[in-house]
Amino acid sequence: MSVVNTKLKDLLGWVDERFPLTSNWKAHLSEYYAPKNFNFWYFFGSLALLVLVIQIVTGIFLVMHFKPDASLNAAGVPVAFASVEYIMRDVPWGWLIRYMHSTGASAFFIVVYMHMFRGMLYGSYRKPRELIWIFGMLIFLCLMAEAFFGYLLPWGQMSYWGAQVIVNLFSAIPFVGPDLSLWIRGDYVVGDATLNRFFAFHVIAVPLVLVGLVVAHILALHEVGSNNPDGIEIKKKKDAKGIPLDGIPFHPYYTVKDIMGVVVFLMAFSLIVFFAPEVGGYFLEYNNFFPANPLQTPPHIAPVWYFTPFYSILRAVTYPLFGIDAKFWGVVAMGASAMIFVLLPWLDRSPAKSIRYRGPIYKTFLVAFVISFFVLGYLGVLPQTPVRTLISQICSVIYFAFFLLMPIYSSIDKCKPEPDRVTSSGHGVNK
Amino acid sequence: MKKLVTSLFISLATSLLFVPSLAMASETELHLDRAPDRSGDKAALQNGAKIFVNYCLNCHSASYMRYNRLQDIGLTDQQIKDNLLFTADKVGESMSITMRRDEAKEWFGIAPPDLTVIARARASGFGSGADWLYTYLRGFYRDSERPTGWNNTVFENVGMPHVLWELQGEQVLGEDHKLTLATPGKMKPQAYDDMVADLVGFLQYMGEPGAAKRKSLGWIVLLFLGVLFVLAYALKREYWKDIH
Repeated sequence: MSVVNTKLKDLLGWVDERFPLTSNWKAHLSEYYAPKNFNFWYFFGSLALLVLVIQIVTGIFLVMHFKPDASLNAAGVPVAFASVEYIMRDVPWGWLIRYMHSTGASAFFIVVYMHMFRGMLYGSYRKPRELIWIFGMLIFLCLMAEAFFGYLLPWGQMSYWGAQVIVNLFSAIPFVGPDLSLWIRGDYVVGDATLNRFFAFHVIAVPLVLVGLVVAHILALHEVGSNNPDGIEIKKKKDAKGIPLDGIPFHPYYTVKDIMGVVVFLMAFSLIVFFAPEVGGYFLEYNNFFPANPLQTPPHIAPVWYFTPFYSILRAVTYPLFGIDAKFWGVVAMGASAMIFVLLPWLDRSPAKSIRYRGPIYKTFLVAFVISFFVLGYLGVLPQTPVRTLISQICSVIYFAFFLLMPIYSSIDKCKPEPDRVTSSGHGVNK
Repeated sequence: MKKLVTSLFISLATSLLFVPSLAMASETELHLDRAPDRSGDKAALQNGAKIFVNYCLNCHSASYMRYNRLQDIGLTDQQIKDNLLFTADKVGESMSITMRRDEAKEWFGIAPPDLTVIARARASGFGSGADWLYTYLRGFYRDSERPTGWNNTVFENVGMPHVLWELQGEQVLGEDHKLTLATPGKMKPQAYDDMVADLVGFLQYMGEPGAAKRKSLGWIVLLFLGVLFVLAYALKREYWKDIH
């Protein structure tokens, strides 16, 4: 045994002379000190990484059988649509791979929304973590692009008309709009050219950028260290060896804890994959089981649930401004609503980072923001009526007010004093 | 923090209470009869397959479905060959049709759609795809305005004539928007409904032939994860003993 150990040590030494293996292992895992008071919300970072891996691995196997081809086969069905059904029926375990991928898309957004909300709860975007937050927002942007491109591929009615609607949004941009949307589509309508380029973006371009950004996100995190539910810097109190008093090595403590989170997540994931992969038409839209038909517009086109809050804001803008169509301002508002999070590090002037020590005004605004986010999301799946438009306009105003008024309300809010050392989360998970 | 989460949930719950009333405000209502569940009944599914092959699979294809997949519902290759194989030579082939789509379009105004996943496509907020099909196949009535002489309560101005009219008979739509059987068919109404339920059950099975296997596998996976959770929890507790 000891012979084997010595041999292994020699091998490790050989590698370490040529590649920073041990030093990286230490820097990012065994000697990366994370605050010991992480609670429930801190599972979602590692879960997002897990879902990314699930999507990439299942995606690779789907690409082996999927055919990005909009032409009709002998039965009059688009080849792309038929190839998805081929995966579902004739490819061994294809149904499982496909359902994991389709469920993974929605799961990615659930996990990432929770992860972002965690950052908002505990002020994780605040100095010195602005870059982590910006990388994170770029990841979110990539994720939306990835989901949008991927949604066209099954070539169902909702795939087709959803892409048509979204690409048409670009035509609202003055002067260059129509040419721009033509350039994106590669044709005058969404067609085979669109399907093939979206396929290229979905399987190569965006994932490549996404993985790079994830690496940058984690590198930036490990440079400054993790925030925690108390929103205080554990690096301010160190022992004689320079180790934070409230820090514990990420490995093994958080690796074993995250394994627990992973198992719970996989249980929820399996419940959907095996028992309700359509989730009532929200994860897999019913209309998408009709092959794309360019000649038949569905009566109601709704984006998938994770886009609906932003889609509602798009539809809420009904006034033309400066002689430009309301549609253009809707697109601007939609883009702004998805990306305004980037500004949070500079909008927030509160003396306390964590929600635990913030005052009542911030809490009220946050609650109002979350409610408006959910209501907008709900309205986004429904057809428009005057009442719904009015409600979505009110919610849009609340949504933006949360951000734009933050410099004022966060600086006048009465905060509680922050503690010197982290306090137990009180959830019992950490004990 | 706890208070914040509680107040979030309470306000979310109250705001979501008034939202459903919004949802109902404008959609045109579609009343669907609930299709009887035939998913576990192999004899019914086999009967449904027989009806499908005899009545539907002349104009409609089921091109993602292979004949030998019908082993799922308890048929042997020989039984499939002897009783169901009208449009193909080998049991490994898919359920396609010989009718040409351009001609079909000329005859019906629209080429009859492939029916493999129709039961999944027809699901909506009003009911499952099976409910829609069950109501649709019992909703044909005589309409002299239509070129086929038939109309449908679920699918207005449908291009398809009532293929099963000999069995059901002829219905007419009254002033009160209720259907009445004007001319009885070969089957009693109860027997006709029963047969349609079998057919719809088969269409639902065909929409996802692996659905039964998927669910049974799901229990095993969950059981495995349950055991794994106990181990993961014990491991975590062991490591975290010394963290205070």
